[in-house]
Amino acid sequence: MSEKRITTPLTEEAIADLHSGDRVLISGKILTGRDAAHKRLVELVEKGEPLPVALGGQIIYFVGPSPAKPGQVIGSAGPTTSGRMDSYSPVLLELGLKGMIGKGYRNQEVRDALIKHKAVYFGAIGGAAALIARRISSAKVIAYEDLGAEAIRELEVEDFPAVVVNDIYGGDAYQEGRAKFERKEATGT
Amino acid sequence: MRELQAAAITDAVSRLAKEACYFLPKDVVDKFDSALESEESETGRDILRQLRENVSIADAEEVPLCQDTGFTVVFMEIGQDVHVTGGDLNEAVNEGVKRGYEEGYLRKSMVTQPFGERKNTGDNTPAIIHSSIVPGEQVKITLLPKGGGAENMSALAMLKPSQGRQGVVDFVLNTISNAGPNACPPLIIGVGVGGSFDKVTYLAKKAILRDVGSRNPEPHLAELEDELERRANDLGIGPMGMGGRTTVMDVFVEEYPTHIAALPVGVNIQCHSARHKEVVL
Repeated sequence: MSEKRITTPLTEEAIADLHSGDRVLISGKILTGRDAAHKRLVELVEKGEPLPVALGGQIIYFVGPSPAKPGQVIGSAGPTTSGRMDSYSPVLLELGLKGMIGKGYRNQEVRDALIKHKAVYFGAIGGAAALIARRISSAKVIAYEDLGAEAIRELEVEDFPAVVVNDIYGGDAYQEGRAKFERKEATGT
Repeated sequence: MRELQAAAITDAVSRLAKEACYFLPKDVVDKFDSALESEESETGRDILRQLRENVSIADAEEVPLCQDTGFTVVFMEIGQDVHVTGGDLNEAVNEGVKRGYEEGYLRKSMVTQPFGERKNTGDNTPAIIHSSIVPGEQVKITLLPKGGGAENMSALAMLKPSQGRQGVVDFVLNTISNAGPNACPPLIIGVGVGGSFDKVTYLAKKAILRDVGSRNPEPHLAELEDELERRANDLGIGPMGMGGRTTVMDVFVEEYPTHIAALPVGVNIQCHSARHKEVVL
């Protein structure tokens, strides 16, 4: 099983070719954002005001990096738990967001929104933060600088490793992977 | 009575914070290596290989293994024949955290007013400090940077005594099952049984500091640890929840006498970035 190489912005054809469990290497520009930035974006949408970033075709990476050491582009930069963004993500998917990178389960509402709006949720390797930082060639804050680690950044990435968790066909790599390896007597209840 | 300068404690805490966040303990790294041999899932092995590479990069470049450098949990075992001079002991610890997180380029993640303004304190203080008085004239400091993702999947249950051992087993396995990919498996599971509402979670937290591969000297607890480890790995969650045989690296159980009406169980979940570092002053 080899990795699929994909580049941003994501096209409909590229998305249609992604299936749960696929290992991918992502290259191009991606955005970052986590709890506080998502809260602000959705508040703007609710007020009908313009967003400070264009989301069409983009991927948002849920990350709050550690501070960069002198000479580094960015500090360690692994994914944070995606479930905390569940209440915000459907709104952004409706605006044309095509991908999210994080770790952990998404709720049914997000999984339904992925199918409806033809977008993909990728799982990155939590805790592989020093390795992932090496795949980031540039980083600049483009909105909400006051949020520090939680500001929205634009990253240029090359061969960013991830796995397709939820695809546009309703696939779920967590459920499918676990079902393959579960030994039923485990829970015993 | 031995005198110990508060400044020496600040220096030690500052150094421990940096080293803990850069260098993964050897027992954990060795477990990555052995799991790479035994893991049956190809994606699981690929993830373990990348975790192993991450350890090497963090070590060589002295950068954080994970961007989440945690709450700073500090355990102090203070010898009763030690007199700390030249400052307030708890302030000295917090000063060490502040200095270590700033100098070490570690992320500051503590916020005030948890359900309100959630304003970052800017220096990762206050630390979560647990002090105990022990015989002797030394101070042992253990620093545990504890990531938010795994801590969020930890759980406490006040079981009925009639639920017994089976109740403990079911609660631990359900907690691991619910945590799934969110807590960054392969996990280390700390289980506390007995004591009170507060004591049991303290036992669980202390348990995650044990070396991978160690067993509780009490045979009935060692046996429970073996069973929980085997059954947790049978859940099939695997590295980062993508399916596989390596869901936990180990399970550690600690117990304490409890009330006639009580059977508290605490499960503290530690991610694979199982960082901690200690020093004796």
